[in-house]
Amino acid sequence: MGAGHTHKLYRHGHSPVHRLPAHCKLVAVFCFVLVVVSTPREAVWAFGVYAALLAAVAAAASIPPGFLLRRLLIEIPFVAFALLMPFVVPGEQTRFLGVALSVPGLWGAWNILAKGTLGVAASVVLASTTELRELLLGLQRLRLPSTLVQIASFMVRYGDVIAGELRRMSIARRSRGFEARGVRHWGVLAKTAGALFIRSYERGERVHLAMVSRGYTGTMPLTDDTAVSRAQWAGAAALPLTALAVCLLGWTTL
Amino acid sequence: MHVPDGFIDAPVSAAAGVAAAGAVAVSLRGSRRELGGDDDRLAPLAGLVAAFVFAVQMLNFPVAAGTSGHLLGGALAAILVGPYTGVLCIAVVLLMQGVLFADGGLTALGVNITVMGVVTVVVAYGLFRGLVRVLPRTRRSVTAASFAAALVSVPASAAAFTLLYAIGGVTEVPVGSVLTAMVGVHVLIGIGEALITMATVGAVLAVRPDLVYGARDLAVPLKLRVGGELIDAARARPASGAAGAAGDAPAVAGPGIRPGSAADGADAPVGTAHGTGAAAASAAPAARPRARTRTFWLSGLVASLVLAGVVSFYASGDPDGLEKVASDKGFDASAEEHAAADSPLADYGVKDVDDARLSGGLAGVIGVGATVAAGTGIFWAVRRRRSAAAGPADVRVPEAR
Repeated sequence: MGAGHTHKLYRHGHSPVHRLPAHCKLVAVFCFVLVVVSTPREAVWAFGVYAALLAAVAAAASIPPGFLLRRLLIEIPFVAFALLMPFVVPGEQTRFLGVALSVPGLWGAWNILAKGTLGVAASVVLASTTELRELLLGLQRLRLPSTLVQIASFMVRYGDVIAGELRRMSIARRSRGFEARGVRHWGVLAKTAGALFIRSYERGERVHLAMVSRGYTGTMPLTDDTAVSRAQWAGAAALPLTALAVCLLGWTTL
Repeated sequence: MHVPDGFIDAPVSAAAGVAAAGAVAVSLRGSRRELGGDDDRLAPLAGLVAAFVFAVQMLNFPVAAGTSGHLLGGALAAILVGPYTGVLCIAVVLLMQGVLFADGGLTALGVNITVMGVVTVVVAYGLFRGLVRVLPRTRRSVTAASFAAALVSVPASAAAFTLLYAIGGVTEVPVGSVLTAMVGVHVLIGIGEALITMATVGAVLAVRPDLVYGARDLAVPLKLRVGGELIDAARARPASGAAGAAGDAPAVAGPGIRPGSAADGADAPVGTAHGTGAAAASAAPAARPRARTRTFWLSGLVASLVLAGVVSFYASGDPDGLEKVASDKGFDASAEEHAAADSPLADYGVKDVDDARLSGGLAGVIGVGATVAAGTGIFWAVRRRRSAAAGPADVRVPEAR
């Protein structure tokens, strides 16, 4: 609990991207992904430009490429789905290395891979340049209901605590000679999950009482209400606006 | 199984986003009631339950040599803390996974919440309540019902995803084979999910049955043994109250009582919490019918918007039954054009919007909105007139608010 309250994706830094207000970055990333998704898949070059744009932002935020690429692994399940597409989609067939592949399937696979990868990469850039607290404040400034923001902040604040509890239970199990090897051991693991639920719920009740005794009435006071300058909005808008221009070019050249 | 960006096209993603936002808004109201009725209880408790869901997804269950799975948690959360809080917690977990860990696309957040949160929880909890009501009132039937609920909820969520994909998928994959593959795989996952959920619910039931929201009907009233015979604690209470307030709190907080009363008993020394709990309990009956009407109204609106906006994409491609019969039998030549044929919404499509699906969906949403507005207006007017006619005889109503 004494460790810094940052998440494992965050990389500390002082780049211009780090300094932008969180809600500007959230809006920018969302609009960028929206533009990417609505680009026609036949405009292959446009996706290359998007990737270059993201790489430029990542370079400006001094995120090492290896870090970015490692985080992209999270979309592997859908890559598998995309790789199946050329084989199952009916339609015009083409032969590549002696294997029959369907053309619409190939387009579909390309579409999912390109758009999914760009979306994940944009989210990774956002998450690695924005602190957790900032992200939550940003969500609140974007008019997400404050109760929802509070729930999310409780979740991230106690996520590590609950995960630590789970880890201690696992150490306790192993120090008593238990090793989960198959379905027969699920009962023990499920008892762990049950105990974890009871402990989490009771911790929630204690946290609630502690907060009520300090004057909490269901809303959090908003302590900082910083105004965002026009230059900051312009800086954040650079990425989605460039992408929008590319997208429009992609539609017109089709 | 988080859907990334670009998997489902923009209109369907937007419609799913609207549905998800509506579901979260309804859940925010409902979960306040589930967690004890106070405003200040919601955030800490729901936050901690969300953290639990987040952590329990990290608990690996080994299946066989080298492979392992983990819990998805939708059914478990619904049974342990109630459906509204369940939807809320899953939605928050998905939001944080999308923003923090890039797991699931930002534009696909609505799809993810709808498929993995709303559909899972609604199917699981609906089935669970139905089974618990039918089966005998024992602990064993609660665990059996949670097994069935979790088993069905996972393939149901896969089927919902396939439906969304069929409507808004970017590639024309044969829907039948996708459905077979998705549901087939997810039945297997569902069996694992069901076994784990059942065992976990059983473990919580054995230790703190009062914490299992789905089993709150099982609570038996506390009995006290007074002079060798069992007496209901509720009947014995006035006597003990007369004997002294100190004996009151332990008498209430017995095992197997509703969470609210057990927590109140435990909280008794704190004073403030006890007071607010009692106040909320007395205020609740008056507020409940209003809240329930509003929930009902909102969920109906969301459901019809989804049906109109999303399902009509799918359905409106073919002429409807009557139109088809009419054109087959040739009697539509005599039908005159409707007077409103020139209106912006003629033939269930929005003018100047070329995409047939988008236009149909948009028209559906606008139509539902207009219908609801007109209906509400008429209802409101009628009610006002009636209450004006009833006049002074009805003075009690404003007071009750």
